[in-house]
Amino acid sequence: MSRTFVGMPKFQVGARHALADTQLRRNLAHATRTIRAKRGAVVGEVADWEELRVKGAEAKDRVLSNLDTYLVELEARLVEAGATVHWARDAAEANGIVVDLVKATGADEVVKVKSMATVEIELNQALEAAGIAAWETDLAELIVQLGDDLPSHILVPAIHRNRAEVREIFLREMGKVGRPAPEGLTDEPPRLAEAARLHLREKFLRAKVAVSGANFAIAETGTLVVVESEGNGRMCLTLPDTLISVVGIEKLLPTWDDLGVFLQLLPRSSTGERMNPYTSMWTGRTEEDGPQDVHVVLVDNGRTNVLADVVGRQALRCIRCSACLNVCPVYERVGGKAYGSVYPGPIGAVLGPQLRGRQGKLEQSLPYASTLCGACFDVCPVRIELPDLLVHLRTRVVDDHRGGLPSAEALTMRAGAFTLSRADRLEKAQNAATGVGHLLRGRASLGRVPWPLSAWSEARDVPAPPRHTFRQWWAKREGGRG
Amino acid sequence: MNAREAILERVRTALQAPGSHAARTDGPQPTSAGLPVPTSREEILDLFADRVADYRSVVERTGSGSQAAAVARALSGHGVHRVVVPRGLDDDWVQALTRVGIEVTAEGDISEHALLESVDAVVTTATVGIATTGTIVLDHAGGQGARRLTLVPDLHLIVVRADQVVATVPEAVTRLREAVLAGRPLTWISGPSATSDIELDRVEGVHGPRTLHVLLVEG
Amino acid sequence: MSAVRVALFATCFNDTMWPSTPKAVVTLLERLGCTVEFPRAQTCCGQMFTNTGYAAEAVPLVRSFVDVFGSYDAVVVPSGSCTGSVREQHAGLARRAGDPGLEAAVEAVTPKVHELSEFLVDVLGVTDVGAYFPHRVTYHPTCHSLRMIRVGDRPLRLLRAVRGIDLVDLPAAEECCGFGGTFAMKNADVSIAMGSDKARHVRETGAEVLIAGDNSCLAHIGGLLERQRAGVRTMHLAEVLAATEEDPS
Repeated sequence: MSRTFVGMPKFQVGARHALADTQLRRNLAHATRTIRAKRGAVVGEVADWEELRVKGAEAKDRVLSNLDTYLVELEARLVEAGATVHWARDAAEANGIVVDLVKATGADEVVKVKSMATVEIELNQALEAAGIAAWETDLAELIVQLGDDLPSHILVPAIHRNRAEVREIFLREMGKVGRPAPEGLTDEPPRLAEAARLHLREKFLRAKVAVSGANFAIAETGTLVVVESEGNGRMCLTLPDTLISVVGIEKLLPTWDDLGVFLQLLPRSSTGERMNPYTSMWTGRTEEDGPQDVHVVLVDNGRTNVLADVVGRQALRCIRCSACLNVCPVYERVGGKAYGSVYPGPIGAVLGPQLRGRQGKLEQSLPYASTLCGACFDVCPVRIELPDLLVHLRTRVVDDHRGGLPSAEALTMRAGAFTLSRADRLEKAQNAATGVGHLLRGRASLGRVPWPLSAWSEARDVPAPPRHTFRQWWAKREGGRG
Repeated sequence: MNAREAILERVRTALQAPGSHAARTDGPQPTSAGLPVPTSREEILDLFADRVADYRSVVERTGSGSQAAAVARALSGHGVHRVVVPRGLDDDWVQALTRVGIEVTAEGDISEHALLESVDAVVTTATVGIATTGTIVLDHAGGQGARRLTLVPDLHLIVVRADQVVATVPEAVTRLREAVLAGRPLTWISGPSATSDIELDRVEGVHGPRTLHVLLVEG
Repeated sequence: MSAVRVALFATCFNDTMWPSTPKAVVTLLERLGCTVEFPRAQTCCGQMFTNTGYAAEAVPLVRSFVDVFGSYDAVVVPSGSCTGSVREQHAGLARRAGDPGLEAAVEAVTPKVHELSEFLVDVLGVTDVGAYFPHRVTYHPTCHSLRMIRVGDRPLRLLRAVRGIDLVDLPAAEECCGFGGTFAMKNADVSIAMGSDKARHVRETGAEVLIAGDNSCLAHIGGLLERQRAGVRTMHLAEVLAATEEDPS
């Protein structure tokens, strides 16, 4: 049975494990540094990049604020073009639809194009339970699947693995599920890519059913778009008889012309290329070309909950480019798994609690998994105000707990707010602090100190309070003048 | 209530949620002025050729009178023995290929996908070329083959006419509207198949054709 | 030239823990011909409450801020993040409180609130403030200075004009130091990992002094540097700009 994210602990626990893994930290630092440099170079080529970001945000907002209309329009165009449209309220319903469709073909296996939505709904596990093998065909997804691992990045799910680890996984696992890795396989990326080509070729050529997601679904024309690099997407979208595409309801774009904006924003933000090697677009069924049995499953699975929050709904603009992960200093150090879902990094920290609700300890901890440094907003191609959303969700988490027994933190915050609400109260508190400062006779800093400051002083000296506050100095100065 | 009605109802309810959000208006200062977008035909074609070559594709420019010979010479140069050609490809090209001793298989003779494994190359025309990104778009009409034809063989030779090349992505999208409204699938190709999935190192050649050879026909 | 009347918002953190910074602002602005006032009723912008999720607790502080500073033409703040809290977050807090009067008051005061380097460069129109600081230094642009209020290269322009200074570029300068307010406690492990990288980059410059526009970030990086006995001091930008040959810091 494939691994799932179910039952992940709060962010801090996963983060601590990740920080202790020096190989992981090296892999992540190298990979994120590489991709940041590539993105910077190709974004710098585009003179109107900031305008494109605004246009991207506007197009997505247009869809979101009229989502019912656009969904109905997309459905009508798809049906006209010979596709069958299915609707799924949640993961279970979506999985049920896909399993039934595959069973109806008589196939016992499917080839899959990398799709975040299908990982989100845990489709592979549902197919497995129904006796259907799901073969991931994206190289990184293949590495994750063969390694019985969890994805840790949106674009490059195996970003936490280096070449030596990939080689080992291929040598050990490929033979168990098909053509084994070539003998004498080295850890050079071209040889590893070749091994994947050979391993998957037989699966592509015999597959009767493919499952994909979609990067975009154009309401005006009923066109679905898959953006990829390796050609595995083209294989899946072209060779089998049946194609089932699982599409989140937020993936819509209003018009065909909007693609002109998004096909500039996505590749440059995502892989740091002027354009990704392959983009496939299809509108329902085409006579004598590609799958003749075409299905689209439109999935909600919490998206309407996100939509219901007027501040939080901008997270649905996300086009899954992963630029925010690559610049996030927290992500760079802990990787994706600590975020406990297929959506890691800043976007995961805002999408997770919104899609899944804020009941779990993990979801409550995610909005705090950020220093609010703002690097994510600057690179987001659709201007999702990630730092502001994180603060918004923190407020939600705190407000959820109001009314019950207050936590130590809540009591501290209330006491702090009380003290700071009037200058005379602040002055009293400051007198206590400067009292300590006098006792310390001008020492600049302290070493380790007891709880609650111990979390700070574990590795950092604590600044000692000064002997005078600024306002004491000012009062003395003004007094001297008067 | 069925799932469709339930989801649409949830959407409508969500859109009536009270409150408002004031969007940020700031952004980082542009870090560079960007590259100029070419305007003259000559600049556009030069940029197109440069950008296609940047993906480690082979780019050749040729006059319209010598297309057939250029196609045959290019495939011979790659050591191709067997080529598949789509319906509607220029007959002169097919004859030129035969003349240099390359075995030509017609698209219509390929029944099983696996048969495409036995050919070395495919030759097609194109619909649109994009200069700023070095992209070539096929709409799979006559001369371009069904989608599988340009996917399984390991070498893809694409012949792009100069008048098909536009400067920018939005211009290409506009040109392609008609094909999409007619229900045609599109394949956008920017260099050979590639991956960056191992340590974000770019490697050319995974599942699609590992060699992309582009003939840009002028005049 | 008539003196510019300036209200100093020292910020609660500087007032209590780093009084030398607001003192330096007073010295510097008076040297540049301003009349500086310190409204004693001031307390805190509420940033720590807002950013930890305690919006309700922050609202009274927003009210207090507009009451204290509403009547001034210019408010100067020696902190990028507190400036950001006022300019970028107070309006949202007022809206959340459902108080149109407060919203209007916030809207009136926020354009008059300037971070120190913005005030010097944009309002006073100076980059050479007559400072003298003969040391090898490096500058860390704090996240909220850089990406929330977007001070750009103003601090660097001010530093470059300081006589005697040896200003060295900080590698990966624009990366966060890992402080992040309560993040430093709630996610202490990650915070320390980030701070350690920042401290390493600081040591690589060979600077004697690390300068920034936020004492909170400096306390974090400085705390790590001190624990490592790195021999690098931290100083707020204001203190460097206040230093002169006659009155060195």
